[in-house]
This record gives sequence, structure tokens and C-alpha cells, in this order.
Amino acid sequence: MAQIFPRSANWASKASILAVLLVAASVLGMLLNINRTHYVNQVNIPLDQPTPFSHKHHVTGLGLDCRYCHTSVETSAFAGVPPTETCMTCHSQIWTEAAMLEPVRASFRDNTPIAWNRVHDLPDFVYFNHGIHISQGIGCQTCHGQVDQMPLTWKVNSLNMEWCLECHKNPAQFIRPRDQVFNMNYEQPADQESLGQRLVAEYQVETRQLTNCSICHR
Amino acid sequence: MTQETTITRKQLDVAEIRERLSTDGGQEYWRSLDELAQSDEFAELVHREFPEQADELRDPVSRRNFIKLMGASFALGGLSGCTIQPMEKIVPQVRAPEDLVPGKPLYYATAYPQNGIGTGILVESHMGRPTKIEGNPQHPASLGGTSGVVQASILNLYDPDRSQTVKNAGRISTWGSFLDGFMQQLGLQGVKEGAGLRILTQTITSPTQGFLLDEIKKQYPKSQWHQYEPSNRDNYHAGSQLAFGEYTNTVFDFAKAKVILALDSDFANQGAASARYARDFAAGRRVRDGKKSMNRLYAAESTPTATGSLADHRLALGTGAIEALALKVAHALNIRTDNSASVDMGKHEQWVNALVADLKANKGQSIVIAGDHQSPTLHALVHAINEALGNLGKTVYHTAPIEVEPASQRDSLLSLVAAMKAGQVDTLVILGGDPVYYAPADLNFAEALSHVPYRLHLGPAENATSELCHWHVPESHYLESWGDLRSYNGLASIVQPLIEPLYKTHSALDLLAVMAGKAGTPALELIRQYWESQRLDANFATFWRRALHDGSIAGTESAVKTPRVSTPLALASGFAQMPGVEDLELQLRPDPMIGDGRDANNGWLQETPRPITKLTWDNAALISPATAERLRLQNERLADLRIGDSSLKAPIWVVPGQADGVITLNFGFGQKFGGRVSQDAGFDAYALSSSSQPHGGLGLQITGSFDRYPLASTQEHHSMEGRKLVRQTSLENYKHHPHFAHEGVHDPPDDLTLYNRTDHQYDGYAWGMIIDLNSCMGCNACALACQAENNIPVVGKDQVLNGREMAWIRVDRYYKGELDDPGIVHQPVPCMQCENAPCEVVCPVAATVHSAEGLNDMVYNRCVGTRYCANNCPYKVRRFNFLLYTDKESESLKLQRNPDVTVRARGVMEKCTYCVQRINLARIEAKKSGDKISDGQIATACEQACPTESIVFGNINDPKSRVSHYKASELNYGILTDLNTRPRTTYLAALKNPNPEIVES
Repeated sequence: MAQIFPRSANWASKASILAVLLVAASVLGMLLNINRTHYVNQVNIPLDQPTPFSHKHHVTGLGLDCRYCHTSVETSAFAGVPPTETCMTCHSQIWTEAAMLEPVRASFRDNTPIAWNRVHDLPDFVYFNHGIHISQGIGCQTCHGQVDQMPLTWKVNSLNMEWCLECHKNPAQFIRPRDQVFNMNYEQPADQESLGQRLVAEYQVETRQLTNCSICHR
Repeated sequence: MTQETTITRKQLDVAEIRERLSTDGGQEYWRSLDELAQSDEFAELVHREFPEQADELRDPVSRRNFIKLMGASFALGGLSGCTIQPMEKIVPQVRAPEDLVPGKPLYYATAYPQNGIGTGILVESHMGRPTKIEGNPQHPASLGGTSGVVQASILNLYDPDRSQTVKNAGRISTWGSFLDGFMQQLGLQGVKEGAGLRILTQTITSPTQGFLLDEIKKQYPKSQWHQYEPSNRDNYHAGSQLAFGEYTNTVFDFAKAKVILALDSDFANQGAASARYARDFAAGRRVRDGKKSMNRLYAAESTPTATGSLADHRLALGTGAIEALALKVAHALNIRTDNSASVDMGKHEQWVNALVADLKANKGQSIVIAGDHQSPTLHALVHAINEALGNLGKTVYHTAPIEVEPASQRDSLLSLVAAMKAGQVDTLVILGGDPVYYAPADLNFAEALSHVPYRLHLGPAENATSELCHWHVPESHYLESWGDLRSYNGLASIVQPLIEPLYKTHSALDLLAVMAGKAGTPALELIRQYWESQRLDANFATFWRRALHDGSIAGTESAVKTPRVSTPLALASGFAQMPGVEDLELQLRPDPMIGDGRDANNGWLQETPRPITKLTWDNAALISPATAERLRLQNERLADLRIGDSSLKAPIWVVPGQADGVITLNFGFGQKFGGRVSQDAGFDAYALSSSSQPHGGLGLQITGSFDRYPLASTQEHHSMEGRKLVRQTSLENYKHHPHFAHEGVHDPPDDLTLYNRTDHQYDGYAWGMIIDLNSCMGCNACALACQAENNIPVVGKDQVLNGREMAWIRVDRYYKGELDDPGIVHQPVPCMQCENAPCEVVCPVAATVHSAEGLNDMVYNRCVGTRYCANNCPYKVRRFNFLLYTDKESESLKLQRNPDVTVRARGVMEKCTYCVQRINLARIEAKKSGDKISDGQIATACEQACPTESIVFGNINDPKSRVSHYKASELNYGILTDLNTRPRTTYLAALKNPNPEIVES
């Protein structure tokens, strides 16, 4: 009986072996990288909020300081999301009829808090402290991006551990003078490397300790 | 199921152990009878850290099903990794309170009611949730320390079994409809001047409650107020009456005492002043900071207690012999009694003579103290002895009583029961407690109660009493209601709430206000009105703020009195009578953890090993080895206890150091109407109590049986196999051989390592801990504080039987010497934070690694649960979540958890971290302010709670820190240091200060 497969069919078997390997590798690569995708990390995806609060309008347009609302950012682990009362300091006077602000007025009127959707959400086993980052010269913008340009807020970084460690391994790349922390338009100087080294020493950032597990996990 | 899952142990033969001890000399220190006998079963227990590991695979899920489920969860687990994190909400306040910074805890001063008597505490509140209790350093009853019971009381607030609504005959009702009916009842009583109105409370020291009770009496002149709780101070009060003819309260200053005689008194571990007494006593005991003298404690007690374990000389005696001892001391001090016949203490004659000489030599610097359960005559005698020793005004103070009404609670209950049976009670208001459960059995309180047409019960949970009452009103926890309390010396505190009531609950004050015709007046207003009327300060607003801030009201201590003992003292008949050799005495005592049963539904307390027996989840008939041998009783076998007409089946537990002929059984267990925790826990000792002998007495009969009842004792778990772990000597020997703790021990040189030493340079902070064994009494306050701080779950009796308890700091109890009268040493063992940690090198995923400050970090989110680390840990301090022990279902329990510590899931190893969350917080605050962390700024949870200040934590790189100071002492030693683990936690060796006149047999 004649051969079913001609000799030339050999290439197909070789190719199929290669294909299996390729598929396996790409599946593996996909599994490894899927958690790094913007979609999974919800990066660059603006979140809907009960009231479409615009940082762009309030910060760039009106010139509010970050700390007007995020009052505990320097003192506490949590930066603080303002109570309705803070909104109403202005909005009891201006835009008092705006339909967009009805949830805010309702909250104040009925004494029920506004439930904002959390944009930056770390897993529960990670203990991040805003206060120490502010005091050691890490700008708001370094992690949160140009929030002053965001009409609705989104994340610009994955907040993956890999991303945290980028700075914790070598904070000199990102550190800035303390008086520039709240500057949303800060641009790194050309000599960031040497400035960074100087600031790390000046602020006594103990780089060796920053990668200890218990710094963030406990 | 309990019976099936435990290993069956061969029964121990006490005679055999005794023989082995005498022939091969035994071991110097031993933890349990099994270990002492070196039985095969013990070898098995030691061999496996967690015995019976495959249990879950056996039943009720078959192995096959288990693997199927595992497979499914594996697949799902992989998938869930690729999904987007679920959306979380941020919910800010509408109007932010002034002092609240999100993410930062606040602390409020309030007071904990221990049997009605207050202890000052500070409560940590995270965003309005009370999470942790600390002692109030400004309050004299605490000075910063707390007992374990206080630590655990936070869990009662969040107990999912708390009752949540008013109930009428078992059906859900409302406060409004309750009030309607109740007002009607009060109206009827008003006509009769309250002739049928009775109120039953527990001990009350609250001035405002007292004031309201007075008001009620004015409105209903014929009404009566009764009080009863099993752990009352009746005998103490009756003793004062005998000695002085008036009620008093006695306060001790242990800091000034050089010689102390404790007569069945666990003063350092039980009672509302225990934290203070423990602190003062330990200060006099401590040999550090250059001090080379120690106080001396003589203890005569029937069952070994935490306090007794610190004694320099301890006698295990029955009640009669304890009384005889006191009488002999009294005679030696020329105290006149109506019985001057000389007392013969038999083989203890020399002991007592030496004690008397010691007391006489330390007049004005000694204390004699009697336990609450001892007879009134003994209390009177003790008053006379303290007076004769010139201790009054120096170490012992009498003050006006602290209770609103110090009269006998037993008589009060008897008269109530008589009135109920006679049909004289129309309306009974029971404020707190569970009299149906704990009233002496012969009174048949339940039957008497059925004669009352209107029965109302206020309590935190439904219980045997509420079951028999028409109305049950849920009671607010002390952290959610306003109140006031007096502490051991009369100092008043305002009890301020930390949180609005979680459920629709009311406090005793609310109900009393309703009865006093002040319905609708909030408790806060009642308290303010009362204290405003006291006019302690011209400016009430300032006074109020200060009282709340300080946690006490200065100047409210009870007035010091100087009553004289009227002699000759009339001794009760039968006083100091020694029972016959065959006679058995039953002692009913409150449990060291769950007390009279009020905390029985508290899982933390149930699972904490009792200081000496190391029993969890059960009580047992505690018996001495010799008596067990004589009566042929064996460990963990049910026995029938019979006294008078009552009987009870309870398991036997042989306790070295127990007095011969005395069987001790703890109250608080065996509740039939308890919650999910207290159900099935232990045996109801109240069944054996009678109104004439509420705390037991002579005439016990005991019959053994072959029925096995496994007891979950942790004394053999995590054993380190008899290496030289505890080191102890006498003060005299220490003075001559200051290096005794290091003799015969090989400590490897500091630089012995195969690794590159530059890997770990500790040039910043280097955290270390020292535990002073000299003052540790094994009370477990540290373990409970750790449990509250670090979200440590409760595992249940079956899991404890498997050696899977989760406590990060365990307190090992070692016996020393002979079987019948051993010495006792306690050794708390947290993670040693080894510099060369054996656990780190075996972890395949680097989930446990070293930090730059020398901590042995544990990373839960990285742990895959191989358990190699626990295997390789010589100290056996790692705990594994074999199952999902954390209760993730009960909503109320979530509120208790410390938000700064990860809640661990199944399959994760965990262990002590030196409270790294507290270290991180202090480091961050120090960095922000540009300072260094100063010594004492960080207190670990165990250190902060320890009433005896036995635990000191700090920076060993700072030569001025307390911890480096103590580590420089000759007494400092590490355990298993020959393994070159270089532990950061070390110990100060224990010292005893024996009287050279007494030769220990």
C-alpha cells in the first residue's frame, strides 16, 4: 500500500511541533502579562462617580491646593476624601441649583454620605502611608499623574508591586525637593540622578530598608 | 466527634511515675506528667509538631471529594487572578468630627467593670470602631497594665450571639411596647408602695446607679433591692463586721511590702485591683536596675494559682489547714481569740515558725492577705494579724466600702427566693447576670421564679434566666453606654461609650431611670446631673472634661479609716479544724479566664490556656497526684462528684501542686443556654453549690469511671524537649554565682557563621526583647493582648486537641522538682526573631525573610503553606492556618479587627512580628518629625498589657535603652543559643528568695 502521507508532509509535523511550542509559550507569556495590562489594572480608564467631580476644573481652573480636600495626606496613612461639608463651603454659595450637584446637596440635606468609587485601591495586605511619602519628597504627581488635568479621575500607574519597587529600589530617580511635592507641573531637572542622590541623603531615606517586606506587608 | 479525632493515650500510673522519678532522678524541669514519665505517647506528641495532620482528609469529607474540590478551587483560583479588582467605595463623613483624622486611631479613657468594680482603661478607636483596650497609665488600678480578661472584653462587644432586640416570651418585640407594659406594672406597684417590686442586680459601685436606687426606694418605699453574684465579697465583708463591727474596704500597697503571706489569695491575677497589685508586687521582686533585694512571698493555697507560682515558699493546704496556719500566726503575734489551744501544723511546723519570725522582723513592711473565698473568721483574723504587725497605714489601708451596699449577697438572695416562694413578689427586675444558672442549686431559683407574675431580665445575651422571664431587654456593652464606677480604692471613673449601641440595647442605668420616674432622660444626662450635684469643682464644664480625659475623678477615693480589731476574736465553730485523711474537700472557684461564666461566650478567653492547668475550653476536677493515686482516679476520665444531695459528672485532671484531699472545680462552664462558644464547654459546677456552702466544702464523695473525656490542654504542645530553657536559682546563690545562668551552657561565638557577615549589618535600629522570668506569673495577659492586636483567630477545642492553637505568644509552664509539691516557672515564648533564623533558609518562596532592623518578617501574601519554616523552627513559635480559622462570616466580628494587621486566610503561616505595625508607625512618625525613636516609644502589645512589666522591648543598638541595659545583666540568657540562632528575644533568669530557715523537703 502506498504511503498515505507524501514525504513532503514531514514539514507539517515539524511545523506542528513548533506551533505547539509557540502556542504554549504565548499562552504562558499571556498569563504572565495579562496582569500587567491596563485593562486588568484599570489604568487610564476614568471611573464614573456619583457626582462627576473634575480635578481639572478645581485645581487648574480654580487653583485649589491638594490639601484643601485631602487634609490628612501629610499626617496620616490615608490622604482623606473630603466630607460633604467641604464641598458645601463653596457650593452652598455657587452653583446652588446645578443638577449635577444634586447628590452633594442631598447628602448634606439628608445627612447621608456620598459613596465615591475608589480609583486607587491597593490590596488589603499592602499598607501604604501617604504621610511618609510626602515628607520624604515624593510628589503627588509621581504616582497619581497629572490629576490637575483630569476631568474625571483615573489611575495612571498599575500600582503593581513591580511598579512600587521601581522607586523603593532606587528612590533617587523620583525624589524631589519637599517644597515641590504638591507642584503638579514639576519637571525633573536634567541632573535628577545627582539631585536625587543628594536628597536621598538629606532626607535620610534608608534605601536598604525600603525593600524589606515588613515596610509594606504586615 | 471529639473522642474520635484524638489520639488515645495510655493511662498514666502515678505510682509508676513516682518510681521512675526516684530511680533515675527524673528531670529537673518538666511540663506534664506524660513528659515526666517519658511515656511513649509523649514521645509521639513531641515527634509531631501537629499530631494527626491528616484529620481533615478522613471525615466528614472523603479524601476523594476533597481532592475533587481542591481541583475545582485550583482552577477557579487561577482564573480569579486575571480579573479586575472588585470596586471599593470610599465613604467620607457628611460633617467631619473635629478630632478624627482618617487612618489614625483615637484613644478614649473609660473604665472596665470587673464584678462591678472599675479599672481604668484606654480604648483605641479606628474610625469609630473600638478595636483594642490598653491600661490607663494614670489610673491607680491599672498604671498601664491590664489583665487578660480586660483585654478580651472587647470581643464581648462584637459577640455575634449578643441579643439584639427586646423579646417578649421569646418573640421579638420593641422597647416601646415593653415600656408600655412596664409602666403599667410600675403604676400598679405605685399603689402598693412597691410592696411587690423587687430588683435583683449584681454588685453595684456606680454612684449614679446608687442614687437612682435611692430614688426608687423613695417612690416605692416597700420595694426591695437585692444583689447577688457568685464571685462576691461576702466573706470579706462579714470578716470586717467580725473584726471591726463595720463594713470596710482594704487596699494594699505591695510596693512597700517585704514579706507577704497570701492565704489562698490570687491577688496578682484575680480581682479588680489585680493589675495594680501585680505591678507593685513585681516591682518589689525584680532584680534589675542595680537592685539586688527581693520581697518574699509565702503562699498557702489549695490549688496552684498564678500568684502562688511566684511564691518563694508555697504550701498546698486544704481550707482547714490554711485556717490553722493563720491561727498559729495569730497566736504567735499574741492576738487574743476565744480559742487559745495551740495549733499543730505537723510537718509544716518549722515552715510556719520561720514565717512568723520573718513577719515579726518586717513589722510595718509586710502584708497578710486572704482570698475572697476564705471564711469570714479568717478575714477577721487577717485584719488582726495586719494590725498586730503594724502594717496599717503603711502597707495596708482600710477605707470606707466602695460598694453602694456592701451587705451579704447570699442573705440578699435567700430573702428574695423566700419572698418569691411566698408569692410576695409581683414584679421582678433582674438587671444583668444569670441567677437561674448561678444561684446555689438547693435554692431552686428557677422554680421560685415561676411564682412571680412579671419577670424582666436585662442582659447582654439570652441565657437560662431570660428563658424564664416574660421580658428580655438586651443590655448595652460598657463600651456603648454611659455609666460610672468606683475602683478598688473608691476612685470614681466615668464610663464613656466609644460607639453608639450596635443593636437596640439599653443599659441598667436606662432601666433604673425608668423606674425612678426619669424615663426618657438619657444616661449621659443622669450621670452629669449626679456629678454636678456633688459639686466637686466650681466649674462643672472643666470638671467634666477633665474627668473624661483623665479617666478618673480626682479626690473621690474612699476615706481612709482606722478601725481597731475588737479582741478577743470569736472564731466560728469548726474553724481551723483539720479534716481526716480520708475526707475530701470540694472547692468551687471562679475560672481564671471566664470568671463566674459571664465571659463564657468569649472565644479568646475559652481558648486561652489557664495559667497552671493549661486547660482550654473545659473545666475539670483538679486533683493532686497522691489523692488521685489513693482514689484510683485517672486523668481525662469522667468521675461522679457528689456532695450533699447534688452530683455532677466531670473529668479528672491531675495537677501537681494541688493540696491533697482537695478537689477544685471552676465555675462558669456548662451553660445550657449559652451562645455558640459556651455551648458544650465544660461542666456546670454550680450544680454542686449550695446556699450554705456556695464555694464548696467538706463531704465530697467521688467515684471514678472508665468513660473517657478528652481535655484540650496545651501543656505538651510545642515542646522543646527538656533542654535548659528555664533557668532559676536562689537570690543567695545568684549573689555568689552571678553567672549561674550561663554555667554549663555552650554559647557559640558571635562571629560564627558560614554566610557573608556584611549581609546583615544592623546599623540603624535593632529591635530586641527581654522577658523577665523573675516576675512572670503566667497570667496570659500578653497572649490575649496579642490576640486582640494581631487579629489572631480562635480555633476551637478539636483543633486545640490537635495542637493547632494559634497564639503567637504562648506561656510555657514548667514544674521543677518532685511530683507532689513542685516549683513552678513560667516562660512566655514569642518568636525569637533569630538573627540566624532557621526558618528563613528553608522557605522555598522567600515568604519569611530578614529586615534591616533584624526582624524576621513574615509575608502572608507570599506564603504558599509548605510549613517547612515551622518544621525548622527550634522554638516552635510558628502557627499555621490549617483551616480558615478566621471568622469571615460574622459581620460584627469584622469591626473588632485591627486595620493595621492583615487578616490571614487558610494555608498561611503566621507568627509574632514584634508588632511590626507599631514599629512602622513609630518609625514613620519619627522620620516625619526628624527625630529618632526614643526608648519606650514603641511598646509591643504584650509589653503594654503585661501587668508585671516583665516584657521589655526596645532598640539594642542604643546602649541607653532599657532592653540593652537588661541584656547586659548576668541574668540575661537566650534559649537554644547553642544552635547559633542568635535570638533577639532573651530572658532574665528567674530568682527565688527563700527563707534560709526553711529547708525544703
